[in-house]
Amino acid sequence: MLALIPLFPLLGFLINASFGRRLPKTLSGSVASAVMVASFAVSAMAVWQIAGLPAEQRAIEQTVYTWIASGDFVLDLRLRVDPLSAVMILVITGIGSLIHIYSAAYMHEEADGEYARYFSYLNLFAAFMLVLVLGANFLVLFVGWEGVGLCSYLLIGFWFKKRSAADAGKKAFVVNRIGDYAFILGMLFLFVRFGTLDFQQLAATVATIPPEAGVFGALSIASLLLFIGATGKSAQIPLYVWLPDAMEGPTPVSALIHAATMVTAGVYMIGRNAVLFSHAPETMLIVAVVGALTALMAGTIGLVQNDIKRVLAYSTVSQLGLMFLAMGMGAFGAGIFHLYTHAFFKALLFLGAGAVIHALHGEQDIRNMGGLKGYLPVTYWTFVIGALAIAGVPFLSGFFSKDEILYETFRGGHWILWLIGVVASLLTAIYMFRLVFLTFHGQRRYGPAVSNSSHHAPSHRAPSHLHDAPPAMALVLIVLAIGSVLAGYVGVPHVLGGQNHLAAWLAPSFAAPGAIVAGEVAGGLEAPAKAAEGAALELTLMGVSSAIALIGIGIAAFIWLRRPEIAAAMARHYPGLHRLLLNKYYVDEVYDAMVVQPIQVGSQDILWRGFDVRVIDGAVNGTGVIVAAGSAVLRQLQTGSVRAYAGSMFIGVVVILGYYLWR
Amino acid sequence: MIPLSHYLIVSALIFAIGTAGVFLRRNLITILLSIEIMLNAVNLTFVAFARQSGSLDGQIIVLFVMAVAAAEAAVGLAIVIGLYRHRESLNPDAFASLKW
Repeated sequence: MLALIPLFPLLGFLINASFGRRLPKTLSGSVASAVMVASFAVSAMAVWQIAGLPAEQRAIEQTVYTWIASGDFVLDLRLRVDPLSAVMILVITGIGSLIHIYSAAYMHEEADGEYARYFSYLNLFAAFMLVLVLGANFLVLFVGWEGVGLCSYLLIGFWFKKRSAADAGKKAFVVNRIGDYAFILGMLFLFVRFGTLDFQQLAATVATIPPEAGVFGALSIASLLLFIGATGKSAQIPLYVWLPDAMEGPTPVSALIHAATMVTAGVYMIGRNAVLFSHAPETMLIVAVVGALTALMAGTIGLVQNDIKRVLAYSTVSQLGLMFLAMGMGAFGAGIFHLYTHAFFKALLFLGAGAVIHALHGEQDIRNMGGLKGYLPVTYWTFVIGALAIAGVPFLSGFFSKDEILYETFRGGHWILWLIGVVASLLTAIYMFRLVFLTFHGQRRYGPAVSNSSHHAPSHRAPSHLHDAPPAMALVLIVLAIGSVLAGYVGVPHVLGGQNHLAAWLAPSFAAPGAIVAGEVAGGLEAPAKAAEGAALELTLMGVSSAIALIGIGIAAFIWLRRPEIAAAMARHYPGLHRLLLNKYYVDEVYDAMVVQPIQVGSQDILWRGFDVRVIDGAVNGTGVIVAAGSAVLRQLQTGSVRAYAGSMFIGVVVILGYYLWR
Repeated sequence: MIPLSHYLIVSALIFAIGTAGVFLRRNLITILLSIEIMLNAVNLTFVAFARQSGSLDGQIIVLFVMAVAAAEAAVGLAIVIGLYRHRESLNPDAFASLKW
């Protein structure tokens, strides 16, 4: 049954890829959406099935077939649903279905063949993503890992006739490849060391080894290599540069792949190998620091960007940083919780941005928007809900998950990281509401004259043509808005009278097989005095982060609603800082100077003009020259004189006969 | 009866004369005639051996050689005429363009 989950989208891919050109748009869109819904139904059944099992045995496996059998080494193509992958498949198929439905309306201006191509990629992506989260060993995960990378490349470059889109696709692919290289090394390292690639066996083996505290041993190296792979896929420092450029793709793609699902693969991978990572505290610290720094850095960049999708992209990088912070602090449940809530509100925000772009015929620059509140009411209200959720306003989904991360960080004793996390949250609130206010409030700046984009033909620019999202898109936005409000209630912490069902549900996935997880499940079973102290701390921190969220919104409202001149004045006052942020810390330029240029120069001057032209071509041409020179000597024998030929034949015959006669 | 060696010596002499003609003469027709002489020297050898061994095989081969020689003379003379029309010469050294 498990195999059906990825097979449904794969079927959709095959249909749209083979016959899509000849199908009408409505049919190819419906097929693609229907297979996702079917996959969601099967996933729900599978999750229902494991929910009925006792906590320690919550897993079902299916071995599709034996993939590699070589001597002692046997590797099955095995799928496995446990509580962790259950959360993932529900998010992927659930949010995925919604985004497919939204896409059917959003992409309607494309030609038939392009439309089918789009949906075939989208289905293929879903299939690979499901393989990634269902794989029971590293190699199956890696198949999905590479597959989603491929689909990401195809979809970023979907409008491949546009130079910037094609370049962005290439950039994403190449940057991911760097991470994947480390990931492969990590897998090989683990295989050489432990002789298995199966997650369960690996966790069981690693659990018997004492944690490598204070030393940087084999486990630390392996987990660090895996984490480098995760920084590529999940857009963390130093490999995050591809994600903002990935916004060249269609907006629903940004929502599905570059916000809700694919970029969380690295977080998932760390959660999947929780035992391995928690036995390598040095790596864990690196993970946490990298996550926190990424959250801060992306947040500051997000403050000054002007492209509506790029702001959201940096916000995604920032939120992923918070997830990695949680993972690095060993709060795997909190990280996955944030992944899950983030999927809702970030998909909502991206799709809302898509609705705005759709209404404005391709305009993406927020300086040219403003005052859209009245024209796009559905988009406006759902977008605000998403922004409130991501800012961490109390009792929306983002509040619970972000708060759990910050609480766990503080409890882990890293108050600097906690502070960075708090600042990142503050920045999140500010830049999200800057986006809301600049897009939807204030003066309408969208008119006939201003346009510096894009793929849609700017045919109608009169305000009367500003129409809200069509029904299919509006429905999806509303469903996601409801999700953004309610999704957090599966993980209400104990201090607020909740049960934190999600943490208890996930706990078995983060423990070694067969380990007793009761202690982790019942966080409330600690000694009462300590629990009370912990509760007070947790409530205080919760208050701090709620206040931070509200302050951030307040700051944004003050600057961009009341006193728009403040922003400009600040930019004038600190021109260096402003330029630094606007140019994204010049990271792209630094990479270009340090990596891209040396490789290009090395390829051109050393490898091409030096090695290829001199050595390889020299060897080939040299062979020809030698043969030609030898022939120039030898061909003197061929005089053309018949008598000379006859004479040499005669002498030859005489010599041969003479040899036989007198030998 | 004349011993076999006499025939062979005569045959060798005729063959040498023919070979010398092929190499030394400057006229294609003479060269063709010299080739005929060489063939007939070989014929003589065949017949002598056939007589010696009492078998008819050698004599039959001689008939074949004569037939081939007649055909060769016909083709050869035709080529000679063609060449003459081409170059106005029968000197084999005039036909030296078949080279690099």
